[in-house]
Amino acid sequence: MAKVHVTTTINGEPMEFLCEPSDTMLDALRGPLALTGSKEGCASGDCGACSITLDDRLICSCLMLAVEAQDHEIRTIEGMAQGDKLHPLQQKFLEMAALQCGICTSGMLVASDALLRKNPKPSEEEVRFWLAGNLCRCTGYDKIVRAVMETAAEMRAQ
Amino acid sequence: MNLVTNNKWIGQRTIRPDGMDKVTGRAQFAADTTMPGMIWGKVLRSPHPHARIRSIDTSRAEKLPGVKAVVTSKDIVDFPIEKGAVMLGIQDMRWMCRNVMARDKALFPGHPIAAVAATTEAIAAEACKLIDVDYEVLPWSIEIDDAIKPDAPILHEFNKFDGKPSNIVGRLDHKKGDIAEGFKKADIVIERTFTTRPVHQGYIEPHACLISVAPDGKTTIWSSSQGQFMVRAMTAYLTGIPQSDIRAIPAEIGGGFGGKTIVYLEPLATLLAKKSGRPVKMVMTREEVMRATGPTSGSKSTVKIGATKDGKIVAAHGTFYLQAGAFPGSPIRGAAGCSFTPYDIPNLLSEGFDVCSNRSKVAAYRAPGAPIGAYAVECVMDEVAEALKMDPLDFRLKNAAKEGTKAAHGPVFPRIGYIETVEAAKSSPHYAAPLGDGHGKPRGRGVASGFWFNAGGESSAQVNITEDGNVVVTTGHPDIGGSRAGIANICAELLGIDYRRVSVVIGDTQTVGFSNLTGGSRVLFASSMVVTQSTEKIIQTLRERAAKIWEIDPEAVKWENGAAHPVSPNAGQFEPLTLEQLAEKAPAMGGPIGAGVQLNTQGADGGFGTHVCDVEVDVDLGIARVIRYTAVQDVGRAIHPGYVEGQLQGGVAQGIGWALNEEYIYTKEGKVDNPGFLDYRMPVCSDLPMIDCIMVEIPNPKHPQGVKGVGEVPLVPVMAAVANAIYNALGKRFYALPMSPPKVVEALESPMQQAAE
Repeated sequence: MAKVHVTTTINGEPMEFLCEPSDTMLDALRGPLALTGSKEGCASGDCGACSITLDDRLICSCLMLAVEAQDHEIRTIEGMAQGDKLHPLQQKFLEMAALQCGICTSGMLVASDALLRKNPKPSEEEVRFWLAGNLCRCTGYDKIVRAVMETAAEMRAQ
Repeated sequence: MNLVTNNKWIGQRTIRPDGMDKVTGRAQFAADTTMPGMIWGKVLRSPHPHARIRSIDTSRAEKLPGVKAVVTSKDIVDFPIEKGAVMLGIQDMRWMCRNVMARDKALFPGHPIAAVAATTEAIAAEACKLIDVDYEVLPWSIEIDDAIKPDAPILHEFNKFDGKPSNIVGRLDHKKGDIAEGFKKADIVIERTFTTRPVHQGYIEPHACLISVAPDGKTTIWSSSQGQFMVRAMTAYLTGIPQSDIRAIPAEIGGGFGGKTIVYLEPLATLLAKKSGRPVKMVMTREEVMRATGPTSGSKSTVKIGATKDGKIVAAHGTFYLQAGAFPGSPIRGAAGCSFTPYDIPNLLSEGFDVCSNRSKVAAYRAPGAPIGAYAVECVMDEVAEALKMDPLDFRLKNAAKEGTKAAHGPVFPRIGYIETVEAAKSSPHYAAPLGDGHGKPRGRGVASGFWFNAGGESSAQVNITEDGNVVVTTGHPDIGGSRAGIANICAELLGIDYRRVSVVIGDTQTVGFSNLTGGSRVLFASSMVVTQSTEKIIQTLRERAAKIWEIDPEAVKWENGAAHPVSPNAGQFEPLTLEQLAEKAPAMGGPIGAGVQLNTQGADGGFGTHVCDVEVDVDLGIARVIRYTAVQDVGRAIHPGYVEGQLQGGVAQGIGWALNEEYIYTKEGKVDNPGFLDYRMPVCSDLPMIDCIMVEIPNPKHPQGVKGVGEVPLVPVMAAVANAIYNALGKRFYALPMSPPKVVEALESPMQQAAE
């Protein structure tokens, strides 16, 4: 079967790639685009390790077909830091030990960023329900929730 | 060894060395690696729980365009059963060779039958469908009660128990005193039977590897595991390639919790790579992880405890039956050996039975066996305390093990911190706080304690001073909990330099000395010992170099704050020589500065924890929610408190899942019916409260920094703490896990209580 040519924007850069019609966006990111920061934990939309944004909407890239990226804007973990300047969430995750093995971290950060863009002052309950689609087996979520709350408070103060 | 008392970095919440790569998506996990010319491997798995394999015909698969190699059990080195055990750590290669690829029989649905490598994943999957397997389907059993029936289908005909073929493949016991005499002295005796379901470690990263075998046989393995040396050794055993030809490179590991202490894919990918001449990548799907990798055992335990009116335990008897899955090796040692260990019990019998059945072979899971046993023991402890009208923590204090207590599994305890954990729980803000109003939802509080052996064993490290006066530490253990951060703190502390000048990396099998598995809560204990000794050797070298430059005796030079100084003005008046200055002078003063140490480390002390849990139960929906949780643990010395807390919090979260939701559900055909994260329900963020930690620090006197293992204890008490809290809320006891909504509703509708004697 012939591959499909897709033109899209990834982390602010115009990009094009070839994919099978059945490939997921996660397959395209991890394959031809070599953006392996998005992880595959389940391929069924349950773990959130492949979280990206599509036109600023948080999605699991394993549930999106790669061809659907045509003329849309994708953001991944690789686009979160600006040059050598970390996003405040990335810095806070480091400072507050909000990661252990790191396999969920990309997805957690992308999801947390999407939350704070929508809701700069989330309650603990709002953080917990927003991140309920991102599984972490190492941390018990405690330090992740604290890091997101504290980042939100600091970003509001600036 | 002297305890380090200067605390500039030890005990600080420094940034972990691998953190930057993980928050930016750079970190390379096993599935993230590629190679030129790489092809894909896939496994054909048995659809049957139990079947004799009459024949396998791979010819149709081999003819499919794009297929480059096919392997079956004929390609795997056989370890004949009758020739006896060939052990690698706790694994017998006779079972490993049959687990990675079924030989005469398929023993569980998901058991590998053949593997294919092809130019794409899709072609490899298609080729698997073209392999013709002639099965003779056999009767099967999964549950313990079914597997130990006299007429149960036998998995391993060679095995005899009480002289007859049996699925009971092992037994051990720990004895102390005389339980018959002990129970005679008891005023109250309570005996209960409990069951738990198999649960999976639930690491988010599926097993993955990429393997290249060059024409000369030199093999390179990138894989996610809890031990690159284990990967090398097992792959060597199962493929016949010598260890010296296998370079196993540890990728970042996306969670293991014990489940990545054995191999599944590496021997298959190695053989496929060898046959095809191409690098082969294999990545499991989540469904394969759930069906074919080791969850921990389901169990059936009976625990009997007798106490006098004044609250002294006089006798206890525990019987723990654990599912091993397809091959012998369930963690009965943890169940029988850990469960009563927090207590000084004069008469004790603790027995474990290892039971094979037609489900995937168990793998280690965080304090293997101990949480299963502690669940039963700690629930009975709660009932005895209640019958005695004693506070459950006071009852534990009254019977607590302490220095000099002889544990039933052997050791006489040195100074231990169990009592301190109970006292800290008792005086915690949590234990003093009222439960609060659940607005119609009953609330309750429960407590439980737990013990894990911890471990030492082989570790190697190399510490090198770079030419610009910084430090590179190489150790041999995959880092699953933040061990690199702990090592950076310790090395910086000893050298008196900023921790950011210490780079900590995990070496591969051909660049660092043998280091045993990341497991048993041993890594920071053992690796900090070898790193400490290596760093002390370097400090000695640095003192000698300064002495040579100053032309004084090395004994007259001390190392402080990252520089050599004369010990006193009497030794001479010299400006300090910093690490940078000594590194710069190294070529002229005797050459490169570095040291390596390899040890079989001894002196690991066991760990104790005591937990307090509050729940709120929605009696209409049967949903029990943990609303507050405090984990207290004797952690020895918290080298990096953030990651010690992380171990406690992560362990508690896994225990809450085990208590309330997680379980393997089987179809009537004997297949796992919930092999994905939607139906295998691990705790999500909105299920849990914050998890408070109280770190009690009773330093291990046999360790240079006082370290005790911390990773496994936190899972041990959890299920009992949750169960005791639910009892406190509802006035009903549950004797089976998980206490999931349908089961809670059912229990509330049909009262069930086991009677006290």
